[in-house]
Amino acid sequence: MLLSKQEIQHIAKLARLDLTEAELEKYGGQLSNVLSYIDQLKEVDVKGVEPTAQVTGLGNVLREDKVEDWDKAEIEAALADAPEKEGRFIKVKRVIE
Amino acid sequence: MQLNTLTIKQASSLLAKKEITSIGLTKACLKRIKEVDGKIKACLTVCKKEALVEANIADERRAKGETGELLGIPYLAKDNILTRGVRATAASKILENYIAPYDATIIKKLKQAGAVLLGKTNLDEFAHGASTENSAFGPTHNPWDLTRAPGGSSGGSAAAAAADMCIFALGTDTGGSTRYPASFCGVVGLKPTYGRSSRFGLIAMTSSTDVPGTLTKTVADAAIVLSAMAGVDKNDATTVKSPLPLFVKGGIKGLTIGLPKEYFVDGTDKGVTQAVEKAIEDFKKLGVKFKSVSLPHTKYVVPVYYIITPSEVSSNLGRFDGIKYGLSASPQPSSSKGEGVSDLMSIYTKSRGQGFGSEAKRRIMLGTYALSAGYYDAYYLQAQKVRTKIKQEMDKVLEEVDCLLTPTAPHAAFKIGEQIQDPLKMYLEDIFVAGASLAGLPAISIPGGFDNGLPVGLQLIGKRFDEATLFRVGHNYEQATGWHKKKVEI
Repeated sequence: MLLSKQEIQHIAKLARLDLTEAELEKYGGQLSNVLSYIDQLKEVDVKGVEPTAQVTGLGNVLREDKVEDWDKAEIEAALADAPEKEGRFIKVKRVIE
Repeated sequence: MQLNTLTIKQASSLLAKKEITSIGLTKACLKRIKEVDGKIKACLTVCKKEALVEANIADERRAKGETGELLGIPYLAKDNILTRGVRATAASKILENYIAPYDATIIKKLKQAGAVLLGKTNLDEFAHGASTENSAFGPTHNPWDLTRAPGGSSGGSAAAAAADMCIFALGTDTGGSTRYPASFCGVVGLKPTYGRSSRFGLIAMTSSTDVPGTLTKTVADAAIVLSAMAGVDKNDATTVKSPLPLFVKGGIKGLTIGLPKEYFVDGTDKGVTQAVEKAIEDFKKLGVKFKSVSLPHTKYVVPVYYIITPSEVSSNLGRFDGIKYGLSASPQPSSSKGEGVSDLMSIYTKSRGQGFGSEAKRRIMLGTYALSAGYYDAYYLQAQKVRTKIKQEMDKVLEEVDCLLTPTAPHAAFKIGEQIQDPLKMYLEDIFVAGASLAGLPAISIPGGFDNGLPVGLQLIGKRFDEATLFRVGHNYEQATGWHKKKVEI
C-alpha cells in the first residue's frame, strides 16, 4: 500500500494540517508502512459479525436537553483561553465570502 | 523516616494516629521533586503553593475529626487531566499555555476525599506513544537507568511514583498507557474496566478505550484510589453503575489463572519469560491452578488498535482549531506574529501544523485516511468487526478462569532514542496491553522481578468490572514475593 505524494497532500488537507515538504515525504513512507501492516485485517472472516459500538452493554443514555449554567469564574476562565476576543465573544475570521 | 517513600496505606495510618501531618508529607514530596526531578524530568508543572494550602486544609479537616484514606495524601496527575486553574498541556505545544477552566470528575472526587495535588506529569503528546519521548517538552528518564525510557504514555507518573516524588500518581490508559510504563518503572499500573470511572475532564484521545488509571507503589493503594474515583457521572454517559467494594481480603488458594498461549511467543526477551515462569511457580505455591487457554485473534490486536485509535484521534483532535483555545496562527495585535494569515482555513491548517508534534500528526493523518470516503469499510468497519471477535473470545476464555496472566511488555526498558524513528516498531510495543483495552476489560501490571537490574512487569487481565479479583491476586503475589519493596536508588 504505497501512498503517493498527492494522496498524502489530500489527506493533510482533509485533516486541516499545513505540512512542510519534508513532512509530506516522511509521512508518505511511514503511513504506507503502517497501512501495509494493517492490511492483514482483511484476512479475518467477519461474516455475520456486528461491528463493536460499545463494550459494557449500555443502551442509549438519555438526559433532558437543558442549559446548565457555569459560574461566572468558570466562564471567564474558559474565555481567557481564547486567542482573539471582543468583549465576551470569541473572534472568528469571516466564514462566508 | 522518609515520608515521601510511604504508601497510601502507611501514610494514612500515620496521619490517623496524628504521628505525621499532611503538611509534613507534602513538603517531603516537594523536597524530593526538587532533588531528583532535574534528572528524571517527570513533572511539567509543580504547584507548590497550592499544594501547601490544600495540605493545610486537609490537616484542619482531620483535626475536626474527619477521616479518610486519602485525606492529606499528596499525588501527581498526568498532564492530560484537567485541574482547575492549573496549566494542562497534554505535553503538546498546542496547549502550552492552556489553563484548565474546570476539574475533571476524578480530580473533583479526589479533592473531596482530601488528596493534595502536587503537580502535573509528563506524557507522550496527547498520550500518543509508549515511551514519553513524544512529549513536546522533552522525554522523561527512567529512574532505574537515566539513559532509558520510562515507558508511556503515563511515563512521568510512573517514574514519579517509582522515585517517590509522590505517594501515588494518576495516569490514563488507552492501549496500555498505565500498565506499560508501570512495567518499565517497577510500580503498579491499573487500567480499570471501561466505564468504571468518569472520563469527563480527560483530554480525549480514543473515547472508546480511554480510562483514567493509577500508578501506585502497592496493589492495595490502587484499590484505594480506584474506590475514590469510581462511579457513575452524569457528565460521562458511558459510566456504568457497578458494585463496590473493590478490595477483597483473603488468599488465592483454589483460583485458576489462564495462560493465553498467544502471549507466550518468540520475540519476548529471555529475562521477561524467566520472570513470568518464576511468577507461575510462586503462584502455584500460593495454591493457584493454571490453565492453558487460547486467544487466536491476538495477532490482530495491534492492527485493529492502530485503525481505531487514529480514527478516534483524528476526530477528537479536530477541536484544536486555533480559535477557541490553544496555540493560534491568528494575527496577534501586540506582535508581528501571524501576519499574512488572513482566512479561516489558514488559521486551521497553520495552527494545527505548528501546534501538533510528529506522532499526533501521524495519527491524525492515518485516522483521516481510514475514515475517508472509499476506505471506511475496508479499514474502520473491518477493524470494529475484528474487535468484536477479539472481545468475544476474551470474554469466553475469562468464563473458564478467574483471570489471565501475561507479560506486560516483551522486554524491560529500552534506551531513549533507540526506536523512536520507527513508528511501526513503537506500535508493536502495545502487543500484550492493547487487547484488554479493545475489550474494555480491567487489567493491572505488577512488579514481577528484574532483568539485568531493570524492572519487569506481570499483567493480570480480569473479567469486566471484576477489579476485585485482580487486586486479590496481585496483593497476594506482592506480599509473597516482596518485589515492590525494592526501591530505586537515585
